[in-house]
Amino acid sequence: MLYIPGNNPAMIQQGGVYGADSLLLDLEDSVAPEQKDAARILVRNMIQTINFYGTELTVRVNHLDTPFGMADLEAMVPLGLDAIRVPKIETKDEILAVIDTIEKIEQKAGIIDKKMRVHPMIETALGVENVFEIAGASKRIDAVTIGGQDLTADMGIIYSKDGIGVDYARRRIVMAAKAFKIDALDTVFADLEDEDGLRQETEYAKKIGFTGKAVINPRQIQVIHEVFNPGAEEIRKAIRIVKEYRLNREKGLGVFALDGKMVDAPIVARAQRILSLADIEI
Amino acid sequence: MKNALGIEIPQFIEGYGPTEPFMGAWTKLEAGWMEEGAYPPPVKAKTAHLDKLCNSLEEAIDKVGFLSGMTISFHHHLRAGDQILVKTLEILHKMGIRDITLASSSLTTAHEPILPYLKDGTISRIWTSGIRGTVGEAISNGVLDIPVVIHSHGGRVRAIKTGKIKIDLAIIAASAADTEGNATGTHGPSAFGSLGYAVPDSDYARNVIVVTDNIVEYPCIPISIRQSFVDYVVKVDSIGDPAKIATGTTRITRSPMDLRIAQLAAEVIEHSGFLAPEFSFQVGAGGASLAVAKFVRNIMKQKGIVGSFMLGGVTSYVIDMLNEGLFKTVFDVQSFDAKVASSIFNNKRHIAISSGLYANPFNCGCITNKLDVVVLGALELDVDFNVNVITGSDGMIRGASGGHCDTASGAKLTVVVCPSFRGRIPIIKKKVLNVVTPGESVDVVVTERGICVNPAHKGLDERLRKAGLNVKDINDLEKEIDQITGTPEPIRYQDKTVGVIQYRDGTVIDLIKQVK
Repeated sequence: MLYIPGNNPAMIQQGGVYGADSLLLDLEDSVAPEQKDAARILVRNMIQTINFYGTELTVRVNHLDTPFGMADLEAMVPLGLDAIRVPKIETKDEILAVIDTIEKIEQKAGIIDKKMRVHPMIETALGVENVFEIAGASKRIDAVTIGGQDLTADMGIIYSKDGIGVDYARRRIVMAAKAFKIDALDTVFADLEDEDGLRQETEYAKKIGFTGKAVINPRQIQVIHEVFNPGAEEIRKAIRIVKEYRLNREKGLGVFALDGKMVDAPIVARAQRILSLADIEI
Repeated sequence: MKNALGIEIPQFIEGYGPTEPFMGAWTKLEAGWMEEGAYPPPVKAKTAHLDKLCNSLEEAIDKVGFLSGMTISFHHHLRAGDQILVKTLEILHKMGIRDITLASSSLTTAHEPILPYLKDGTISRIWTSGIRGTVGEAISNGVLDIPVVIHSHGGRVRAIKTGKIKIDLAIIAASAADTEGNATGTHGPSAFGSLGYAVPDSDYARNVIVVTDNIVEYPCIPISIRQSFVDYVVKVDSIGDPAKIATGTTRITRSPMDLRIAQLAAEVIEHSGFLAPEFSFQVGAGGASLAVAKFVRNIMKQKGIVGSFMLGGVTSYVIDMLNEGLFKTVFDVQSFDAKVASSIFNNKRHIAISSGLYANPFNCGCITNKLDVVVLGALELDVDFNVNVITGSDGMIRGASGGHCDTASGAKLTVVVCPSFRGRIPIIKKKVLNVVTPGESVDVVVTERGICVNPAHKGLDERLRKAGLNVKDINDLEKEIDQITGTPEPIRYQDKTVGVIQYRDGTVIDLIKQVK
């Protein structure tokens, strides 16, 4: 997920060419208060005219408590986005209020499909503690995300590369997402020059259950893909598991051994997920 | 008469002479035996224990007797750091010499101070592979009466060998030399690496002066320029600023766009079928080209592929790949930083070569003929895959032919990398302003908005599509870009020809007209 400042037309124009899975056009933290309205108009107009080559489109709006949040939603919701990212969500009621507002705007605009998803950002201690309720608040929520910098600020600590201060938050957010079978999206890695650090943090995020990660520069996309995309060996193994599973199922066996290790339903399900990620049908 | 690209070429160009139109990349060379004949190198003699060392460049020039109307040559291995070309022309100007033909292997921004000499008649003709900065602009605006000749690196050797360029005096800057004239660029405080472009000059010039800021004990090793070709040696305080040799072209780009294009180009190479053990590879320096090496390097490591050789302008990145064992040999006609220079000196698999061995079409096989894959840049590229690397979108000369058409013709897979537009200016166009490399030599162009395969390269299109790459018809890409940028107003030209672009075989592929 590539963050693009909503007041940078050149970057928005090129947004679709970098191979990101999703674009996050930002009206919030990367836009200064005096440029909020200009950015909103720019993003709205560019979404309507620029070819993003099928990249998923998400806009991060300002919080409803700010003077800009309502106007952001009014401008963005009718555009048929894939998702709206809502910052600094701390309670279930807060995200439900946003969704309610979105649905009123949709109604006014004649949008009935309710296809646009909502991604609450967890960026405060209170949000972390309430994440389970937030994640399950609505069917429109298909991902929760963590905002690392804001969270550490709220906690009064400094964001360190080892991520130790937000480790609890990361795991808690992931678990809430898993509980509702939705995506958990990790925060950005701020040091553009540290490719190894980015790789390490992404590998860690994947290991504990995140399903994606935001980037602040297109240069980081490749590393994220390399980590999250299943490797050739992983795919080969998944193909073998699924094939063996089918053979065994014909024989009426739900559990079988492969290379001396037990394979049961959860392992088969994981193999199938890997193949679907890799877009492979067997 | 029209050449093979349909460009009108007059039979005779004032100041240039009779022309031969471009007929196709290999049409002329297929004959095997060239009718033009070789221009004889000079036959000279020196008596024993003669002192070749001069106290100043002035003294050396005085001794060789340079006159108005003569041709002087330089190499551009010091790129934007070179001080010798300007210094020499200042001396010639002071001597009252006029009507000079300047035959520098390329002209960089370091050479901008010669502009007044183009205006006052000191310099009247130029043969070179590239011109940048204010000199290029002035030429495009018609400062010279006689059109400049733009040749490729290989084409320059061909022109020297056949006497199209008759060098009266070659000035060869070297970072180390002995008092007999054995010279190298591989060590010394101003080390710049290979002296490849200066070799034909030393072989064919009537007089050769080696200029160095570093006289070393006899013999100077390695002997890149041989004493038997050198008339005089001059010690100066400095030949240039080695820090400016690189001028940013040797570092991997940080531009996300260039990196994205480079990554796509590496994927094209990976799935082209040419990335296999023993493959040979060249990348241009700078922009997206060099970054392609970074991604290809990763793929080679992952797949355990060891290539045969890398060729060309050599960056420290190429040397890293040699040292990692990813390639067995590096052929180096031009080096880009001090690390490369010391590698030539210390690594026997890093071989400095002459520009003749590199790319001269008039011999029994230059190394570009053995290339598998080359990655090149472009200022513009059109729907017929013709490439412009010499004039900008405003029609002004601001680039270099370099080894573009040499390598493109020789490589089995020529990959051009460029953004589809820069700022508001389309790079993929219906028609380029000037052609340096004909489309027939280009197999695939990689942009951020699509990969276009030359239909002449059968099967490549399908291989890349199968690999899931975003392959588009180049006409569709051109239309898509046109929708984004709009079509720029056509440039208004005057009738005057200010530049003749030679193809590597000496035929005329295009003319550069004066901009209104």
